Amino acid sequence: MSIDAGEFLQASVRTATPLALAAYGELVVERSGVINLGLEGAMIAGAFGALVGAGAGGVGAGFAVAVLAGCAAAAVMALVVLWLRADAVIAGTAVTLLALGLTGTLYRAVYGAQGAALSVPTISPVAIPWLSHLPLLGRALFEQPVMTYVLYVIAGSLGWWLMRTHAGLALRATGERPVAAFAAGISPVRVRALALLFGGAMGGLAGGVLVLAQVGTFAEGMSAGRGFIAIAIVVLGRWSALGVAGAALLFGAASQLQYVFQSLGWPVPYQLFLALPYVLTLLVLAGTQRRAAAPAALGTALTEDAR
Amino acid sequence: MTTRPDATGSDIVRPDGVRPAAARPDARWVITAATGVVIILAVLGILMAGGYDTPRALAALWNGAFGSPYALFSATLVRATPLLFVGLAVGIAFRAGVLNIGAEGQLLAGAAAAVAVGLAVGAFPSLVALPLVLGAGALAGSAWAGIAGWLKLRFGVLEVISTLMLNFVAAYLVSWLVRGPLQEPTRVYPQTVELAPSVHLPALITGHRLHLGLLLAIGLAVATWWFLTHTAAGFRVRAVGAGIGAARSAGGINPSRTTALVFLASGALAGLGGASEATGVTFALYEGISPGYGYSAIAVALLARLHPLAIMLSALLFGALEAGAAAMQRDANVPSVLASVVEALIVLGVLAFDHTRARGRYT
Repeated sequence: MSIDAGEFLQASVRTATPLALAAYGELVVERSGVINLGLEGAMIAGAFGALVGAGAGGVGAGFAVAVLAGCAAAAVMALVVLWLRADAVIAGTAVTLLALGLTGTLYRAVYGAQGAALSVPTISPVAIPWLSHLPLLGRALFEQPVMTYVLYVIAGSLGWWLMRTHAGLALRATGERPVAAFAAGISPVRVRALALLFGGAMGGLAGGVLVLAQVGTFAEGMSAGRGFIAIAIVVLGRWSALGVAGAALLFGAASQLQYVFQSLGWPVPYQLFLALPYVLTLLVLAGTQRRAAAPAALGTALTEDAR
Repeated sequence: MTTRPDATGSDIVRPDGVRPAAARPDARWVITAATGVVIILAVLGILMAGGYDTPRALAALWNGAFGSPYALFSATLVRATPLLFVGLAVGIAFRAGVLNIGAEGQLLAGAAAAVAVGLAVGAFPSLVALPLVLGAGALAGSAWAGIAGWLKLRFGVLEVISTLMLNFVAAYLVSWLVRGPLQEPTRVYPQTVELAPSVHLPALITGHRLHLGLLLAIGLAVATWWFLTHTAAGFRVRAVGAGIGAARSAGGINPSRTTALVFLASGALAGLGGASEATGVTFALYEGISPGYGYSAIAVALLARLHPLAIMLSALLFGALEAGAAAMQRDANVPSVLASVVEALIVLGVLAFDHTRARGRYT
């Protein structure tokens, strides 16, 4: 049995889309110096929000509520980390736990204890006229749900925004040296708060894509660690917009490889391919000496002289 | 890098004249009470909004946790046991400023190694086999955490990211083991064969599921407390947690060596937890062997303020909560994930509490 390379690439891009959306959110958050482990929570909140919104007002409302739900999760995170000045790692795990618990409980409470298989309208792939006929990559890149195209726009503009605008500079300054940013008249608290909200919105959107463009229903804990994968993608992508795109594709392709091997009947343990990107992330981290590419203040709280 | 506790205590007046909220001792009790009220209101709100039979659900919660000898000795304490192991693992790591969020992966590594060795030494008498099995679990957990420790000390890799990555690698490793080399011989179910009775941890009370693992965990909690408070090495752990610079310059401490020790000890505790679960409860390895004990551990350790003896109490509380939540799902159809909401709110409450105690610290 042979496999269709075009189909494999198309599936890889489809799988990579929510991962990349969340990862671009996390990229902005980490560039501001915060590691947001609450991203997984924003994602599951977005997935649940998409179900509620789409049930009430169609796909558009679904995405809107997904984004809002992701923002809500991020707002809790921002409140705890920036206002209560708590450790971001602990706050992030708490936010994720809270979102997983709340969505699971509400889902069963609202949609019945049995969790009857609900389906919501999904968006189907839109082929871009001429481009989708390109050989090999045409269908992979240009016959995708519309959110993938939104992703292209974000991916394309984020790098420029980070490097070429004052707001991007303020973000990077906050992530490198909050004290210096503060001295330059930037409010690191506000920058980090806005970054967290953007990250939450993107995480929520990613959850929405999962429900409205892929699965068509909600299941408890359906984010299944994708928020954490997005964090790995940012690291593997070396905190750059371009790197994140490549890393997201790699994770997407790795999770599609298992189906390829199954259809080929190869007795290769598919877990190997699922674990590989994580190992690769660790190797990349170790191989690049002393966090050269990471924001210098990543994972450090704001000190008194920076707020 | 994290914010670290300041060494000066809580009665500080900052240069700008603002007294930290610690100067108002009442605030802590207000926060504690407020957290309690918020949790109770949240639970009641969800129960009522969901249209559940609230009195029945609450009765199930209590009965499932403490209502009968079965609830206590076959549910609550059985669930508290792994939570105590991993709570200690997280507690000792956080005390040294090591943000080990990989207790889940270390627990899985420990369980996998314990079962692998257990399958090999099943013919030996218990007195020989069990120490080997538990030792293998501790060693594997230690090695798994050791990877993250080595990456941190050698390459400066943030342990938050590396331990998180290793959780996923461990989960896939277990998934592969139970579908590959360790799968039961009929190759139908993704799990190992059952361990021989000689490598089962003995039950503490006849007819109940509670096993020797609990006593082991309690012993380790006391030992960890003794280590931290009465030994020089324990002092070094606390000193490094209080501030690496001060520990190095004033205490003459080698922070790298202490940090390495903490990674290994923390991993060993979590690995032992996995081994105890595999040889005391599941008697086999399969993918869902841990329902996220390693993540709950963070809440367990934080609620206990990272104090090893208090971790016993918070593990008991969380064990009761999870046992009660399971009963609530059985008897009143209330989703048991409600327990996660309560756990998360407790952590957020603790963080708010800390804010009033001293600004910018988390331990």
